[in-house]
Amino acid sequence: MYIAILDLGVGNLRSVEQAVKTVAANCTVEVTADVARIDAADKIILPGQGAVGTWFDQLEARDLRASLESAKTSKPLLGICVGMQAMFDFCTEDGGREGLGWFEGRVEHFSGLQNQTLKIPQMGWNTVKQMQPHPLWHKIDDAAYFYFVHSYCANTSKPENVLASADYGHEFVAAVGADNIFATQFHPEKSHNDGLQLLRNFTEWDGGL
Amino acid sequence: MPLAKRLIPCLDVDNGRVVKGVNFVGIRDAGDPVEVAKRYNEQGADEIAFLDITATSDNRATLYEVVEAVASEVFIPLTVGGGIRKLEDIHQLLKVGADKVSINSTAVFNPEFIREASAHFGSQCIVVAIDAKQTLSIAKGDDADRWEIFTHGGRKPTGIDAVQWAQKMATLGAGEILLTSMDGDGTKAGYDLALTRSVSDAISIPVIASGGVGTLEHLVDGITQGHADAVLAASIFHFGEYSIVQAKAAMRDAGLEVRL
Repeated sequence: MYIAILDLGVGNLRSVEQAVKTVAANCTVEVTADVARIDAADKIILPGQGAVGTWFDQLEARDLRASLESAKTSKPLLGICVGMQAMFDFCTEDGGREGLGWFEGRVEHFSGLQNQTLKIPQMGWNTVKQMQPHPLWHKIDDAAYFYFVHSYCANTSKPENVLASADYGHEFVAAVGADNIFATQFHPEKSHNDGLQLLRNFTEWDGGL
Repeated sequence: MPLAKRLIPCLDVDNGRVVKGVNFVGIRDAGDPVEVAKRYNEQGADEIAFLDITATSDNRATLYEVVEAVASEVFIPLTVGGGIRKLEDIHQLLKVGADKVSINSTAVFNPEFIREASAHFGSQCIVVAIDAKQTLSIAKGDDADRWEIFTHGGRKPTGIDAVQWAQKMATLGAGEILLTSMDGDGTKAGYDLALTRSVSDAISIPVIASGGVGTLEHLVDGITQGHADAVLAASIFHFGEYSIVQAKAAMRDAGLEVRL
């Protein structure tokens, strides 16, 4: 089993790599931006931190968009944070950016959606309410704590894609998915035992339900 | 549901060892950073802070090795600070496994660095550390409490007001403020609650209270009275007086939302 971690040059890629290696001793785990290596992967993790604009600029610069579109129909994908946000139709960050459009919805700044007394970014441990059963929730309690750090959040009118929600001033998408795609706003690689369990579940997931 | 209040044990590291000083001097050895960090991770710490207190350029390589070793054992956020002067320093730290970096002196010399760093790596990655001390000279003839910020591990005064500085850093893109009371640091007399509250209420990014914890009650006070979003402590955990588990239980018993 070969798991590729998409390297777009931003974020805590090393943390993701360390965590996946810890739970997947028998897998090959590589952080790569190489088109051939991404295409050869059995599973792909799309991490991301920082601005979604940078994420897309890097994706285009490295000519990786076609690889992702192809993977979307063929292999298990795990998006993390900005890697999840990128899968929606549109992100309002940096004046607005078209997303991959894999999920209906918009990614908007918290301040536009809620009362102003909450600190932004949301930085810390929040409870994640599982909205639908999924193999990636295996051995993880409903309402378990996961680590979030973000100023933008996704909102959708398609509840069938919402696998988990969390509340920060209002309810927002904590995990989204369909078919072979699972993506989280929170950081499993930084969420201690439950986060490691989720990554372990991903390494064991065949992409079905 | 509010966010859980974070408990952050801090490792002050000097030449590859965890140490702890009182009022920034008088160093005492507290063990191997990898072992210490691993223990805190297992006990349920919410994050770990790792501050290279000497941060001379000749020990950078050692620092990266230690951070890498710590990061491979820790699956919670890891903030690393000390001696960060350029974007490449941040890049290197992220590469060896840090999730956030803490910047102090460089922000004072060159505030624009915070704008550049947050634009490049994202605000979530940029913590600005502020070491502050109450200044009677400024406070004289003035009803309000005032605090001045210091650089170089608390050795150099700057004449800059701590609350205004925190506001400026938030505007420039800092994702979080790590606020240390130099008066309190290592004394075990509790956080400077007035300082913590003044800064926390003045900005819309999270504030980590630091400096002076001696009892578990102090951790609770930092949140309830200091309005901090997270509380940091070092020596009460290093020398086995309290465990992370006990501290979390005390916070929960005081009615705070915590991750257990």
